[in-house]
Amino acid sequence: MKIEIRHLSKRFGTVEAVSDVSFAVEEGELLGLLGPSGSGKTTVLRIIAGLETPSTGDILIDSVRVNDLPAQRRNIGFVFQHYALFKHLTVFHNVAFGLKIKKWRRAEMAQRVSDLLRLMGLEALADRYPHQLSGGQRQRVAIARALAPKPSVLLLDEPFGAVDAKVRQELREWLIRLHDDLNVTSLFVTHDQEEAMEVSDRIIVFAKGHLEQIGSPADVYEEPATEFVARFIGSMNILEAKVTNGKAKVGSMEFPVSEFPDGQQVQVGFRPYYVKVSEDPARFRQQARLRHVYFLGVAYRLEIETDDGVILRSRMNKEEYRQCKFEVGQPVSYAITHFRILPQEGKPGAFLQPPQPPESGPFTP
Amino acid sequence: MRKLLIAIVWLYFGILLIGPLAYLCRQAMSDGVAAFWGEITRPEAVHGFKLTTEITVIVLVLNLIFGTVTALVLARQQFKGRTLLSGLIDLPFAVSPVIAGFMLVLLFGPETLLGMFFGALDIKVLFAMPAMVLATLFVTFPFVVRELTPVLQTLGKAGEESARTLGANEWQVFLKVTLPAVRWGLVYGATLTIARAIGEFGAVLVVSGNVLLLTQTATLHIYQSYVDFNYVGAYAVAMVLIVVSFAILTVLEVARVRATAGDS
Amino acid sequence: MKPDTLAGLALRSAAVGYVLCLVLLPLLVIGKQSLAGGLASFLEDIRQPQAAAAIVLTLEMALVTTMINAVFGTLSALALVRYEFPGRWFLNAVVDLPFAIPTLVAGLMIAAIYGTTSPFGAWLQQGGIAVLYNTPGIVLAMLFVTMPFTIRAVQPVLMELEREQEEAAYTLGAGRWATFWKVIVPGMLPGLLTGVFLTFVRALGEFGSVVIVAGNIPMKTQVAPVYVYGEIESYNPRGATSVSVLILLISFVALVIMERLTRPPGERLPIFVQRRLTVEPLSR
Repeated sequence: MKIEIRHLSKRFGTVEAVSDVSFAVEEGELLGLLGPSGSGKTTVLRIIAGLETPSTGDILIDSVRVNDLPAQRRNIGFVFQHYALFKHLTVFHNVAFGLKIKKWRRAEMAQRVSDLLRLMGLEALADRYPHQLSGGQRQRVAIARALAPKPSVLLLDEPFGAVDAKVRQELREWLIRLHDDLNVTSLFVTHDQEEAMEVSDRIIVFAKGHLEQIGSPADVYEEPATEFVARFIGSMNILEAKVTNGKAKVGSMEFPVSEFPDGQQVQVGFRPYYVKVSEDPARFRQQARLRHVYFLGVAYRLEIETDDGVILRSRMNKEEYRQCKFEVGQPVSYAITHFRILPQEGKPGAFLQPPQPPESGPFTP
Repeated sequence: MRKLLIAIVWLYFGILLIGPLAYLCRQAMSDGVAAFWGEITRPEAVHGFKLTTEITVIVLVLNLIFGTVTALVLARQQFKGRTLLSGLIDLPFAVSPVIAGFMLVLLFGPETLLGMFFGALDIKVLFAMPAMVLATLFVTFPFVVRELTPVLQTLGKAGEESARTLGANEWQVFLKVTLPAVRWGLVYGATLTIARAIGEFGAVLVVSGNVLLLTQTATLHIYQSYVDFNYVGAYAVAMVLIVVSFAILTVLEVARVRATAGDS
Repeated sequence: MKPDTLAGLALRSAAVGYVLCLVLLPLLVIGKQSLAGGLASFLEDIRQPQAAAAIVLTLEMALVTTMINAVFGTLSALALVRYEFPGRWFLNAVVDLPFAIPTLVAGLMIAAIYGTTSPFGAWLQQGGIAVLYNTPGIVLAMLFVTMPFTIRAVQPVLMELEREQEEAAYTLGAGRWATFWKVIVPGMLPGLLTGVFLTFVRALGEFGSVVIVAGNIPMKTQVAPVYVYGEIESYNPRGATSVSVLILLISFVALVIMERLTRPPGERLPIFVQRRLTVEPLSR
């Protein structure tokens, strides 16, 4: 089923939790709503479910406006952050709850519930009560319960927020597989950018009730549409600079920005893996000192301090790192191979500097 | 629906609690402040207040000591019969005060073993202070234990164990770690004990003999005045106890807020 | 206080010994006394017309009190937890007043306002409703002293029942009515049952307030504890013992049933029932 949100706003008293948000979720898509807490993403989800009423704007499910339809009649499945399982019912009866309300026949109901429990790997726990389950099991019961009445849309509010890191990883992979199997249109809310990247077909980034960007995980990561997205997703070095003679200068670093008029204040952003570092002072033109090395498991993060006192983060894979023999405190040389000028409030896009061979060093002092 | 519910709740509280309370206060003052003052300063009334205070203090001290010990044993020790002990503690809640008093009469009556024993020592138990204290102890025993045990259980052993690793002995652990952590639970239980001890009537009535100026507590004095048709006298002394009740209620509220704030 | 140390053992002995002497010994004595004349004489005692009437009246009054208390206590708890209204804070604070006010004083209060000397009582009398020295007075007295039980038992359970559970029911297609009966009521049932049984047991044993308002007319308005008191005063320990033991037995059975019913679902072993009167402050 396709969901469309048109010019949605929601005020709580004087606070505008959601302001003028429009987007569409395509049939069968798995869409992530990403943003920090208080950014309005959960409110959007609850409005779609019918648990909140919008102040203005429309919600369409399959091109039908459902604004005035109560939650009971929207045929959506909702998975709550803290599970919200019925404590007085067994796993079986929790999953059967929606079917009983819809007055399914006993035999069909039992069939549907046991099918779902098998799908979720919960058959053995059918007679347990919620307080006898682990966090991951409770979450799976919550999802089974939401799926039981065959909803046209599945909504998940921070589905993995309350379980520990290892279980969270398993549940993520499991959710992707489940979605591939069932192909039910799904929206999930998260504040964890890594989770959003990994699980979603597309991501919507929220900040302060505004929709900041919508796109594939790669789009959002590589081409952040706003400064907020650039800062929120992944790690980025961001420097403030003033344009003089078509160049943005930060100490001895210079970035060609011919499109911008002189005197303009700009923000230069670049991901850590675009900062190349060598223990050979002659390798790159820029000079710095190595302050710290962090081992990240799959890679290393280096923190360097340039001669102008600017601190930059760099990322290296293990092979690269092993070739250089770094010692903390030693002088190093570095180069920046890509950068972007971050979009400013109300100003359109930015550009990506084409990659240049690191040997040459893109910028002259 | 919502307004109806709120109206029903106000009506329920009004009929049962607020109305009767307000009317009694008015009636106590119906003959003027001087009459009120006269009633509560009569020798019988003053003696009643004194006796009630004495019994309450003794009962409170005993309950604090044995209540804390029992709560510690229930919360910190695993042993056979723990569930049974826990069940026994609840029993006084289920025993009518009159029956509680009657049980003491049966226990210390002149023909019983204990009665003869104390009789031989020339100690008067029944129809005297010891039986009144015992009766009040019986009905108030659960309060401290029942408030303290769950607080101790949620508190856990971690603090006590870390104090032991730092070299504190058991007594120091109790005084410096356990007691400060559960103090508001203890205050709550102690306040309930005081309230019940001051207000106890049935059990004390049975064991006291209700002798004027000797074994007549404040509640017994109220009863006596009421039976003797001295309504203003009964209402006036009752007023004093109501004022005490409000003080108790305030302490309960404070202790509850503090105790739950300490839990989190 | 480790159990294996000498101090731990001493502490345990003190606690067990104290409880045995204070609580169990008196109960054993009255139990033994009641069987002194054999079962037949016990049955004969409680079949005495006056005794039987008192027992039946007590059970009836306690049941009526329990039902009224269950309904209005639940409504009060719902209103106090769910709604913001003028005076909510005040009502929530005075709920505990019956715990603090002596039961005798509670009886006085009810006798004063519902007696025919007060304008309100006189007005009721004119309408044909005699409260004092009559069964409605007994129920009012029992209601007063048991008022906090249901409210204080249901309140924390209601607070714990997350709004999300109701919303989950809505998204699964349940309407308000179905949600109330299938989610809210079962959710608060453990608290409600605790309140109901405590109310019943307390009402059975109530003396101080009832003795004032009931009038204690044998065969008509004399409840069992008042009957027991009368027997003690008239030096008839045998009759007092039998009725006492019967009331005690009913109370204990009620408590055991409560313990069974309020165990968390799916638990075989009895869980330490937390009967703490402390309730979370109203912060929402």
